[in-house]
Amino acid sequence: MNRSSIKQAITILLVGTALSVSAVRANAQTRLGVVSGAMFPIYQATSLPSSQLINPEELVEILQSPKGEKPLMIQVGSHVLYQQAHIPGSEYIGPASSERGLQSLRARVESLPRSKFIVIYCGCCPWSHCPNVKPADDALRAMGFTKVKVLYIASNFGADWVDKDYPVAKGD
Amino acid sequence: MKKRIPSALALIAVAAGLYFVSRHHAVPGGMNSAAIEHSLAPDFSLPDLTGHTLDLSSYRGKVVLLDFWATWCDPCRDEIPHFVALQNKYGGQGLQIIGVSMDDGPEPVRDFYQRFKMNYPVVMGNAKTGELYGGVLGLPIAFLLGRDGRISAKHIGAIDISVFEKEIVSNLRSGVGPG
Repeated sequence: MNRSSIKQAITILLVGTALSVSAVRANAQTRLGVVSGAMFPIYQATSLPSSQLINPEELVEILQSPKGEKPLMIQVGSHVLYQQAHIPGSEYIGPASSERGLQSLRARVESLPRSKFIVIYCGCCPWSHCPNVKPADDALRAMGFTKVKVLYIASNFGADWVDKDYPVAKGD
Repeated sequence: MKKRIPSALALIAVAAGLYFVSRHHAVPGGMNSAAIEHSLAPDFSLPDLTGHTLDLSSYRGKVVLLDFWATWCDPCRDEIPHFVALQNKYGGQGLQIIGVSMDDGPEPVRDFYQRFKMNYPVVMGNAKTGELYGGVLGLPIAFLLGRDGRISAKHIGAIDISVFEKEIVSNLRSGVGPG
């Protein structure tokens, strides 16, 4: 393989990468990356900066503290999972991966002061695959809310909350 | 320096791609396969997508792979084609895969069923079903039941399909449970 062919191959790879990234940005729900022309999904939850996250331990501490503002907690994932176990005091809004769920979320918080402390969570599946938390976070920030945190659930709500013996409620 | 820039950019593109691939396939900490005790699988009667009632106990004598999943769960969707293949391959030997959808309603499930040409029954699960099985608080979760109706394995999170296949073959051969 001569130098000219190598340059052509590199150019093709770079152009392919650029085209793929452009296609990804046009998609509101997922972002795609490219490896040798193969397309694969990158879930948006992983793009949330750590400054916008709150760990389960931190949230439990806030909830159990006699002082300090308590957040409005909203589960933005699966209703069936919510019914089996959810954070006491949290509300179910609907999957934020759907427009219907987002509309419900916006309606719920519309009348709230934009400085309201809000925590959103899901826990349906591994963080890297969660389709719900990023759209919910985006929606709240677009409405002007300034104190929004996303509960970081690495694996699922069972493993990262219930199994840790954190407070749990059942039903609707 | 000018000659090195294209090579450097190509290396960056490849490295970025490899990073994203690893993120896609990574199984986060906590998603471990856990063998459970040889307990009898809780029975249930749930509607399938045609409205008929499916009784789990009617499958006693078969090796059952009970898959809790949902159409919005990407790792679940990834497993479905593999389950279809397993049903094709081992159905004649006594394997029965049953999907328990944890979707909020059957409409998206029916659409998914058609599109993915699923070849095994899917029932609509609910919170009670999840609680019967110890709490289905994340998806996917799969239970393998031996011919005697006892749970021989439980898998939390997506795992390599070869693991399922080995366990299925073992259960089919043993006649009672894993060898």
